[in-house]
Amino acid sequence: MSALVVAEHDNRSIKPATRVAAAAAEAIGNGFDVLVAGENCAAAAEEAGRIAGVGKVLLADQPAYGHQLAENVAPLVAEVGAAYSHILAAHTTTGKNFLPRVAAQLDVAQISDIVAVLDEATFKRPIYAGNAIATVCSKDPIKVVSVRGTAYDPVAAEGGSGAVEAVAAAHDAGISRFIRDELAKSERPELTAAGVIISGGRGMGSGENFQLLEGIADKLGAAIGASRAAVDAGFVPNDMQVGQTGKIVAPDLYIAVGISGAIQHLAGMKDSKVIAAINKDEDAPIFQVADYGLVADLFKALPELEALL
Amino acid sequence: MKVLVPVKRVVDANVKIRVKPDGGGVDLANVKMAVNPFCEIAIEEAIRLREAGVAAEVVAVSVGAVVCQEQLRTCLALGADRAVLIQTDAELHPLGVAKALKALQEREQADIVLFGKQSIDGDNSQTGPMFAALTGLPQATFASEAKVADGELEVTREVDGGLQTIAVKLPAVVTTDLRLNEPRYASLPNIMKAKRKPMDVLSPEELGVDLAPSVEVLSVERPAERGAGVKVESVEELVDKLKNEAKVIA
Repeated sequence: MSALVVAEHDNRSIKPATRVAAAAAEAIGNGFDVLVAGENCAAAAEEAGRIAGVGKVLLADQPAYGHQLAENVAPLVAEVGAAYSHILAAHTTTGKNFLPRVAAQLDVAQISDIVAVLDEATFKRPIYAGNAIATVCSKDPIKVVSVRGTAYDPVAAEGGSGAVEAVAAAHDAGISRFIRDELAKSERPELTAAGVIISGGRGMGSGENFQLLEGIADKLGAAIGASRAAVDAGFVPNDMQVGQTGKIVAPDLYIAVGISGAIQHLAGMKDSKVIAAINKDEDAPIFQVADYGLVADLFKALPELEALL
Repeated sequence: MKVLVPVKRVVDANVKIRVKPDGGGVDLANVKMAVNPFCEIAIEEAIRLREAGVAAEVVAVSVGAVVCQEQLRTCLALGADRAVLIQTDAELHPLGVAKALKALQEREQADIVLFGKQSIDGDNSQTGPMFAALTGLPQATFASEAKVADGELEVTREVDGGLQTIAVKLPAVVTTDLRLNEPRYASLPNIMKAKRKPMDVLSPEELGVDLAPSVEVLSVERPAERGAGVKVESVEELVDKLKNEAKVIA
């Protein structure tokens, strides 16, 4: 039996995290179909049909699925997914919201946040903020699995030719409703997809000082991130948080500025290929993971860095 | 209105854990234990709802070994009115815990069930939504703000793209994110008072639930260590290294 990948999308286009989940399905090895549940999301379904290796695309287009409310989406995924050996989704705030509901409805466990597929029932996943890696084996008839965004390179967005098949099931539990989104608008790449990230911590001192990172980010085509301390202090919004409970990133280059390096922050970025750190405290734990450490006052170092790029 | 707050006993967030060399798990001997930080935020929110006159009673519950009473006493000291321990020495997994809590909810009939969004040991982020599915209740996960109005709970959620606000009908499940509140400390008089607050102990058998997990942990290993690199002396040297040695910038 093949795997069902539940697409993450905004009704218009498919998020790259979907193709990471698809890569995990490829690693399991029996092919995969994609479920696109949303409202007026035909364009996203067509895009899903072009994902390399896709079998077919199941399109559930209903007003009740428009905002991915878990109470409505989970029964659909459980119903469609019952015909598959695996149900996979990205370990994002969307996946984390509906997928445990799917698992409970099917009376099976969920394997969260996997970083590797060993065989069709065995997976590796980080626990304790990534300070230990557990190998777990599921005995359930259907494996419900969420996949870490950095676990695999995403499968190609193009090259597939999956037919789109409509799914009629309309589940509207009527117990929750969407009110509004306040989504960050940025010209910069998304944190979880960026090749370069520059992040600021408590050492930045204020939200205004994050402007010091902007010019550098412009020159590097980088995304801007933050530590929990900077978000808690109100310098920047929550969607910028990198760490155990924020976003997990693994860019080619991660530049940590004014970040001490609490284990919860390291949990979110220590798989980056190259880490550079700028901090005035030479004993800061961030230097224990940084490939290149610069002990310096960030207010002097950042303008210099921008000028040199 | 009654608020039920499930809490988990976990290794204290400041402890650097040690993986057993034989791959048998994480060494928990003589390690400081605490209330999972997200559960602490849930307790705080429940107490604030009572202080605001929205909730009449706050019940803390934990599933686990007899030592979980320590964390429940902490919750009582913080202001919970009473506690329930579903006592078991079994190995626990989110679905089993959600089933035990469902059985308790059938007795308690709480109007709001406030979970932490994840525990900092298993990092599963499952129990709240699983409980919601089993009980058929709506859920508002990753809450950074919650208000009760007209039989509904309006919740602002921290999502990857920013914030989302939804409304869920009561009774409802909420899971807490970091910015929901800043938990208080227990005062000494309240710690003393907590010793006299009621704590019920139930068994999974009494509740008629089977906690057996369907997932087996085969081994636990240390992650690949990332060694410290080099210190550079200047911004110029940093840029040079990133360009010419690491080749990560052009």
